[in-house]
Amino acid sequence: MTTTEEAPTAEAAHDGEIGRDRRRKEDHRLLTGRTRWTDNIAPPGTLHLAMVRSPYAHARITGIDTRDAQASPNVVAVLTGADLADTQGVLANAWPITTDQVAPEHKPVAVDRVAFAGEIVAVVVARSAAAAVDAAELVDVDYEELPAALDLKDAAAATPENGGALAHPDLGTNNSARWIFDSAEAGTGGDVEDAIAAARSGGILIEREYRQQRLIPAFMEPRSVVVDPTGEQITLWSATQIPHITRFLLAATTGVPESKIRVIAPDVGGGFGGKLQTTPEEWAAFAVARRLGKPVKYTETRSESLLAAHHGRDQWQKLTLAATTDGTVTGLKVELLADLGAYVALVGGGVPVLGAFMFNAIYKFPAYRFDCRTVLTNKTWTDAYRGAGRPEATFAVERLMDELAAELGRDPLEVRRQNWITHDEFPFTTVAGLTYDSGDYESATAQAVEAFGYEDLRAEQARRREERDPVQLGIGISTFTEMCGLAPSRVLGSLNYGAGGWEHAEIRMLPTGKVEVTTGASAHGQGHETAFSQIVADRLGVPYEDVEVLHGDTQVAPRGLDTYGSRSLTVGGEALALAADKVVAKAKPWAAHLLEAAPEDIEFAHGKFTVAGTGEGKTVQEIALAAFAAHDYPEGIEPSIDAEATFDPVNFSFPHGTHLCAVEVDTETGAVSLRKYVCVDDVGTVINPLIVAGQVHGGLVQGIAQALWEEAVYDDAGTLLTGTLADYLVPSAADLISFDAAHRSTPATTNSLGAKGVGEAGTIASTPAVVNAVVDALRPYGVHDVRMPCTPARVWHAIQEGSAA
Amino acid sequence: MTRIELTVDGAKVSDDVEPRLLLVQYLRERLGKTGTVIGCDTASCGACTVHLDGHSVKSCNVLAVQADGAEVTTVEGLATDGALHPVQEAFHEYHALQCGFCTPGMIMQAADLLAENPAPTEEQIRQGLEGNLCRCTGYHNIVRAVQHAAGTPGTTAAPAADGGAA
Amino acid sequence: MIPTAFDYARPTSVDEALRLLAQADDAKVLAGGQSLLPVLRMRLNAPDLVVDLGRIDSLRGIRDIGGGGAVAGGGGAIEIGAMTPYHEILASDEIRQELTLLHHAVAEVGDPQIRHRGTLGGSLAHADPAGDCGAVALALEAEMVIAGPSGERVVPAADFFQDLFTTAVGDDELLVAIRFPVHPGWGAGYQKFVRTAQQWPVVAVGACVHLADGKTISEARIGLTNMGPTPLRARAVEEALAGVTPTPEAVGAACAAAADGTSPPSDLNGDADYRRHLATVLARRAVLAAAGHPQ
Repeated sequence: MTTTEEAPTAEAAHDGEIGRDRRRKEDHRLLTGRTRWTDNIAPPGTLHLAMVRSPYAHARITGIDTRDAQASPNVVAVLTGADLADTQGVLANAWPITTDQVAPEHKPVAVDRVAFAGEIVAVVVARSAAAAVDAAELVDVDYEELPAALDLKDAAAATPENGGALAHPDLGTNNSARWIFDSAEAGTGGDVEDAIAAARSGGILIEREYRQQRLIPAFMEPRSVVVDPTGEQITLWSATQIPHITRFLLAATTGVPESKIRVIAPDVGGGFGGKLQTTPEEWAAFAVARRLGKPVKYTETRSESLLAAHHGRDQWQKLTLAATTDGTVTGLKVELLADLGAYVALVGGGVPVLGAFMFNAIYKFPAYRFDCRTVLTNKTWTDAYRGAGRPEATFAVERLMDELAAELGRDPLEVRRQNWITHDEFPFTTVAGLTYDSGDYESATAQAVEAFGYEDLRAEQARRREERDPVQLGIGISTFTEMCGLAPSRVLGSLNYGAGGWEHAEIRMLPTGKVEVTTGASAHGQGHETAFSQIVADRLGVPYEDVEVLHGDTQVAPRGLDTYGSRSLTVGGEALALAADKVVAKAKPWAAHLLEAAPEDIEFAHGKFTVAGTGEGKTVQEIALAAFAAHDYPEGIEPSIDAEATFDPVNFSFPHGTHLCAVEVDTETGAVSLRKYVCVDDVGTVINPLIVAGQVHGGLVQGIAQALWEEAVYDDAGTLLTGTLADYLVPSAADLISFDAAHRSTPATTNSLGAKGVGEAGTIASTPAVVNAVVDALRPYGVHDVRMPCTPARVWHAIQEGSAA
Repeated sequence: MTRIELTVDGAKVSDDVEPRLLLVQYLRERLGKTGTVIGCDTASCGACTVHLDGHSVKSCNVLAVQADGAEVTTVEGLATDGALHPVQEAFHEYHALQCGFCTPGMIMQAADLLAENPAPTEEQIRQGLEGNLCRCTGYHNIVRAVQHAAGTPGTTAAPAADGGAA
Repeated sequence: MIPTAFDYARPTSVDEALRLLAQADDAKVLAGGQSLLPVLRMRLNAPDLVVDLGRIDSLRGIRDIGGGGAVAGGGGAIEIGAMTPYHEILASDEIRQELTLLHHAVAEVGDPQIRHRGTLGGSLAHADPAGDCGAVALALEAEMVIAGPSGERVVPAADFFQDLFTTAVGDDELLVAIRFPVHPGWGAGYQKFVRTAQQWPVVAVGACVHLADGKTISEARIGLTNMGPTPLRARAVEEALAGVTPTPEAVGAACAAAADGTSPPSDLNGDADYRRHLATVLARRAVLAAAGHPQ
């Protein structure tokens, strides 16, 4: 067990690499401004793009007059969807969750109809960005407005017969797919309807409907793309999480041979799932560059980013939890509506399915049913946002456990203890069919409760209630787990996902002793260069400083499946560890040869091959030089100790943790302020505690922000009202507190590192912790729910309505 | 076009610019000072923060022509003789950055904050950074780093390029 | 992100600025620019000419004008040049002591970077109903000095704010200074309610209170922000507070009328009913703080 609060440990105090608070290798360039963001890149002669976007949620394009824009100074071209029709390709949906999924074709630049406000209808190309933007205003588009499908429930119910608005009239429905998991059918548990019937006659039934509001990932670096078609290959730089997938799909949808495309993700300023996308802007830039034979650049404004980069969450959740009167859960039924927006995005359709396996969470539900419908609307498309499916599931079940406790009049921690999987029950196969390999919910919870001062805060809460203090205290609990490490390729295949889940790594032993490492996991802030250096230094026994991690360029690291789903360490890190093991194995015969010993007498430790029982030895770095020279080596082996490895996990990993939050609610104004936040996360083996703590802190804030501040809101015409950072409320330091974030470790059994993944944990866990705290504060006022975000106005109205009831 | 002359990170520069050119665009596109970045269009995020005549400003919210005659310090001018400024050093030591996009602005604002208040409380640090958004760190380690830098000699010293208070 | 092209002028005197404005068809005055630049960048406004007041030294500074100013009441007054940035106002001991309410409000404007550039005059002339300083100017009964082609005129704050983003300043005029009667011995309380720290206020209330014998409220002045298209005075509350001993109960009762006569907006930060309620709570808190009894 390690805590990571306050001063990080000095690097020198630690002799191994695993578990060491290495300061990051990435930092120096970022601290001094020697960065390479995509927007910094401009090959000679670069032309600039401006996008003409639809102001309407749904309209037919009846004409586009580009003459004034064409005549504007310094304009090179104005291209419409019709102009690009043959070359622009389409944007793929890589995860059709059912074989009969209904999905509209998604052209990067709309041709005859727009399906959301912000969709691109024309591209202006000019010698400067200012000239392009000026001319874009002169493009005259005639629209014939069509009825827009905006409200999720209305859209789900709309049919041609009832006259409801259809997002894509030619499809005849807004319902894209229906995906069901039923434990009785799957043989993983009982029939949930039986459990519900039993609860109805003499048990407890908790029926709730929760709203997962629409969110915007709001990465700090706006998206940017540069395409250079000069030379033999077309090079595309993009602020993306997924250079490899982008390259594959560019080739697959435009007909350009994959070998002629190079994709580079240079320094990328955050993603959080928001840059896990193949975008209309990338595809349009690619098409324009090819057409003109000149480099082009497009960098979005923040307003464009909030409007057109994919959004996240946006579900209605109808939930039924059955329990016995002693508090034992007996069944859970989940009925979801998920808003896809106007198009089925890269993995957008599958996001709710990722949650399907997590609603049962850490609890032993004997029966479970998940029934989800994905729905098309005339709004910005939705896709992965930090947690993707799992925050929605965790929120629902953790809110329900609090509601069950309230119904029973018992402490919500007790009710959880009664129902969770105990540490001696692992490995545990859940009602959703997953096998959790390891965990210890009791210990994490005990540690969190202790650090939180749970009993003292409960006493203070009682006192404030007694005194009718206008500022009430609420305590929120979230004991969560998640599935990380996307993902076992066979599992993905069974879910109809379009790709595998493996990751690739290569280790090149340079003759100077330096170690060049490539990984297909392309970082955008996670610290791969540091953590992966630690893994390689540990496995090869070379100095940390001698390891150089290269990534994010399909020419440098040609194979990979990129970074999302908390997969980099558990899949990409493991691939690297396996490659390092191969290097050692390949170096061993060299060592035996050079040391004139039998291979079986050679031992390897701390970077050195030695002959058992003697002090004689060769370092792996010395062998790298010998292999380069290749003057003297055994027959039958190649003159190289470089190695590559591809790792495909057999199972997900399952981090878990206990999060405790105390809030103060000003009942006069409805204002919620954070008082204390304690979490104990079990993410398996920790490579770098400093980085892990940073991931947790950042994740917490995104989850807290969903609970309290953020929501993408449209008006009745389908116009985004939260189109700037003055309206879409990303919190600042002044809105937050310091956290007490600790971690424990029960190692994962599905990779040799024992790592479970940490990128999404904080976000998944914190949202229900905060909302549970808000509701807990207000229970004496008759309040049982506050819709997210829990704005002061909503809290105040809830108090008025609760008190009146 | 309007002629402007100013000092940026210690170097005198002079250019003819369109009046509509923002200071941040001038820094990035004309001077190649791409260390300073643009994160929004409503002066909300603070990523573009630089020092203008010794005070922090959002360089996306100042026209280049308004900076005529001024001294500008960007994140690229903060380190002296290859030694990181104590705020930069503290950000590294306390892992106060992840993707690093907000970092230039965050560092410039933190330096300004410490110049105005050399011994801030946690609350004052949080208030002093209210105009800078970070999406990665949850601010926890940023606050720690600024607290640490506040106790470091030289933190409030003017960087060489800036002439005035940091 | 990129404004439309405009011509740019940088006068060095008020007269020169007025001449430029008189000649232009479609000019925008640039003060600190902290509200104007986002507007230009979002292309919500596309002026032909931008007149930058940044080089007119006479518009900057804080001056004690004693009783000689035109300020009603005959007491002392402080004149603040329209182009004085917030951070200079915040640093003034004189303003902290004599115009405490203004000090409190200025401390809450925007964020530090905005306060380094933003100016009091620019903000008042912009007249955003959610601006921090309009209600404070009303409560402190400030007077606006407006220069025009035919000389200067002085407009009371009560007549200055005319509508959403609309003031008494004509197209060919400039706000050059704001005169505040000093309020020695008056207590001040500023309550700004926001969802996130850097937001414009959902509602804000500025109160300054004079206590007779240190016990009973002899006079109170209350300004409301974002409770209508312009900043407002809560006259009913002011009347109800006269003669009241500032206990939480008594002040609370008087402040129940805080939203009388207001027409607050409904938006993502709260509906009008909520804002009306909020005004009563914030008014009570501001008055109690001003009376030395913060809750």
